[in-house]
Amino acid sequence: MQTNFTPAQLRDPKTAEANAILRSCVHCGFCTATCPTYQVLGDELDSPRGRIYLIKDMLENERIPDDKTVTHLDRCLGCLACMTTCPSGVHYGHLIDQARGYIEKNYERPPMDRFLRWVLSRILPYPGRFRLALLAARIGKPFKGLMPDKRLRAMLEMAPAKLPPVSRNDDPQVFPAKGERRMRVGLSIGCAQRALDTDINDSTIRLLTRLGCEVVIPEGVGCCGALTEHMGKHDEARGTAAKLIRSMASIEGLDAVVINTSGCGTTMKDYGHMFAGHELEAEATRIGGLCRDVTEVVAELGLPKLVKAEPVRVAYHAACSLQHGQKLKAGPKALLKQVGFEVLEPADSHLCCGSAGTYNLMQPEISAELRNRKVETLEVLKPQLIAAGNIGCMMQIGRGTDIPVVHSVQLLDWATGGPQPSAISEQFA
Amino acid sequence: MQMPSPDAKIMAKKAQVVQRLTEVLGARGVIHDPAETRAYECDALTAYRCPPLCVVLPATTEEVSAALRVCHEENVPVVPRGSGTSLAGGALPTADSVILGVSRMNRVLEIDTDDRIIRVQTGRTNLSVTGAVEELGFFYAPDPSSQLACAIAGNIAMNSGGAHCLKYGVTTNNLLGVTMVQMDGTVIEIGGAHMDAGGLDLLGVICGSEGQLGVVTEATLRILPKPEGALPVMMGYDSAEAAGACVADIIKAGVLPVAIEYMDRPCIRACEAFAKAGYPDCEALLIVEVEGSADEISYQLDTILKIARDHDPVEIRAAQDSDEAARIWLGRKSAFGAMGQINDYMCLDGTIPVSALPEVLKRIGELSDQYGLGVANVFHAGDGNMHPLILFDANKEGDLEKCEEMGADILRLCVEVGGCLTGEHGVGVEKRDLMSVQFAREDLEAQMKVKDVFDPKWLLNPAKVFPLDVSEGRRA
Repeated sequence: MQTNFTPAQLRDPKTAEANAILRSCVHCGFCTATCPTYQVLGDELDSPRGRIYLIKDMLENERIPDDKTVTHLDRCLGCLACMTTCPSGVHYGHLIDQARGYIEKNYERPPMDRFLRWVLSRILPYPGRFRLALLAARIGKPFKGLMPDKRLRAMLEMAPAKLPPVSRNDDPQVFPAKGERRMRVGLSIGCAQRALDTDINDSTIRLLTRLGCEVVIPEGVGCCGALTEHMGKHDEARGTAAKLIRSMASIEGLDAVVINTSGCGTTMKDYGHMFAGHELEAEATRIGGLCRDVTEVVAELGLPKLVKAEPVRVAYHAACSLQHGQKLKAGPKALLKQVGFEVLEPADSHLCCGSAGTYNLMQPEISAELRNRKVETLEVLKPQLIAAGNIGCMMQIGRGTDIPVVHSVQLLDWATGGPQPSAISEQFA
Repeated sequence: MQMPSPDAKIMAKKAQVVQRLTEVLGARGVIHDPAETRAYECDALTAYRCPPLCVVLPATTEEVSAALRVCHEENVPVVPRGSGTSLAGGALPTADSVILGVSRMNRVLEIDTDDRIIRVQTGRTNLSVTGAVEELGFFYAPDPSSQLACAIAGNIAMNSGGAHCLKYGVTTNNLLGVTMVQMDGTVIEIGGAHMDAGGLDLLGVICGSEGQLGVVTEATLRILPKPEGALPVMMGYDSAEAAGACVADIIKAGVLPVAIEYMDRPCIRACEAFAKAGYPDCEALLIVEVEGSADEISYQLDTILKIARDHDPVEIRAAQDSDEAARIWLGRKSAFGAMGQINDYMCLDGTIPVSALPEVLKRIGELSDQYGLGVANVFHAGDGNMHPLILFDANKEGDLEKCEEMGADILRLCVEVGGCLTGEHGVGVEKRDLMSVQFAREDLEAQMKVKDVFDPKWLLNPAKVFPLDVSEGRRA
């Protein structure tokens, strides 16, 4: 596609990057077909192709973003289904992140918007604060009808009825491998996940050590920066990411950085890009290159093949960050099958469940519509369990169904000797 | 390429038009902010662009009717739009026109497997029509390469084809009935859930009329039982002529594969990078698909392979499993997009007699040298539907004009060898000014009289298909 940047504009490396991305787009429209918001809203402006157009116009003319442009760009989930579909290799992910940063710098959001975004960026990445906020939200929940803003109501509704106690497994320490040590990994213990569900890290540690991994929780490991990065708060994102990178880099003989929150994985694998031209670039590229989703590491270590007489029926929900962001599609399903689960896949498995980081809080209507569609396609499979590789999806889908939703890693742990996940009340043999 | 200059009277009453449209469609159905209309300034032919006056996104036939009635009363031109995937600029607006998009009309209205029909709203994408009947063992045959995204509305407007049309025919052969809204808002039905519409073949007139006669909002389509099996075979050649001659011989032999597709080296490489299909790296690749029972497949394949071997192939390989078959087709159907990784291009669409393939490929090569612009070829060889992609640099001054001239020469060549300007993309604006190469003034006059009947005010997609000097005086 033709672009109209001036030579002076193109001297800026970010603009040059945007130009290269835009030049590779041929405007064929394939991306519209797999974009969840286009499915719901049916407007070109709420499709990747339309957003690319909005971004192109904004960046070329160095325009102060107008309300309409911001609305349509805010509606993007960042699910990256378009990147799986795009035959031209347009890196929409980098382009939308750049646009979000541009909006954050150049657009004055309405006060309530600013307040909510500030709250989210100051609370979610910090497990302690998030835990307190969730407790407060539980108290506030009965009064949600009094809230003046639908997004505030969405936040109150999201607070789970039960919160797990802080897990001491998330403290800095080393979990030795069972038997011979085959690998030494750093575990990214996440941020929001630590407040919402401590079982996932517990299962991950049990499973990995059982398979011969020495698991290190390094000092100072915390938020990966994905959450704020996608809000356009690039400086904050780099701040927390730098901490995580340094923390992982302090581990000697590190073979891999293991991630069980796939939303983080997409960003962490791309650290080299986030820190391009920054003093930390070399270290960020190295650590980014060591990042693996937990299912990748498990597949590498190998699982026993188990056959169950009456296999548990598991509907597998593919998190966008796994299937589109990291292109990990078949792997997680293959692992679940290998240890004896019957794995079912819903129709339109490429579509997002509407969780998408803070999206379900900031865009509650579109998010709810996507959740309803997703839950419908999952429930029709009549599964006994639903499995997903990302805490965000688990919370989102869990709010729409009575079928227990668990993390894939909990099922792999369970099948290979760990306890039955506590979310499952039914007793299985 | 010129578009008529916008009517100042219409531009001046934008607010009034928007207000009246909002009254019938609600605020959600009307887009008029210049920050937003820009995204509708072109379709998949991005060389020509112009933001419309406004965009309407109706959700029902009744809303389409109401919107058209307003535009009819206000004398505002309307440009219908499906998914905006046209490569001929079929949905290119003018500044004084209203874009009417059917993207919100995507429901399945009826499926009847006994009578083998499906009725859909026309905003539904081509592939999702098959998606709706797949589990029942059926499919919808026309398969334009953009089938993932393109709308049935656009398929009907352009009488779209696709790789598998060699056997199953194009849209017109699979369309049984339509609900169409005329420019004055009148809703008419033509044809139905049965073979052949009564009376004059108006359905044949509507299909391929490029949004100039009415807006088709619902369509009854023929669905077919899925074949028992299908097998794509890749045949690599080291010259375009050899591959072209092979295609001509296959057709001459009287076998009818479902598809014979052609890709040359630049396309093969671009598609391979995207689809990882394992295409042989050769000058010219044919993908031939045969289908049916195992016996049918092997019988047809024997005949075809015998012919293929006579032309000194560098490689012949059948897909080993359904996954590989899917990747072979994914790559082919993504060819236009995948070429975008390499270059800007203008995609042409013309048809020629199959026997002329080797000659035409050679002369396209000569034109490429003459103009100094690269050409990549990817097309439906079996029915002689060419898609040369002329490679140019959209950011380089003068390149687009050179590309347009070369495109015109290639299409003239198609006509010269006994073919036609259009295959399946329609005339749109891309080939509008070349219509005079194919048709005498009297022919065009006769075609325009058809539009006179359906759209006397010439408000529907008026600046397309007919050269502007020819349609002058008819257009408002």
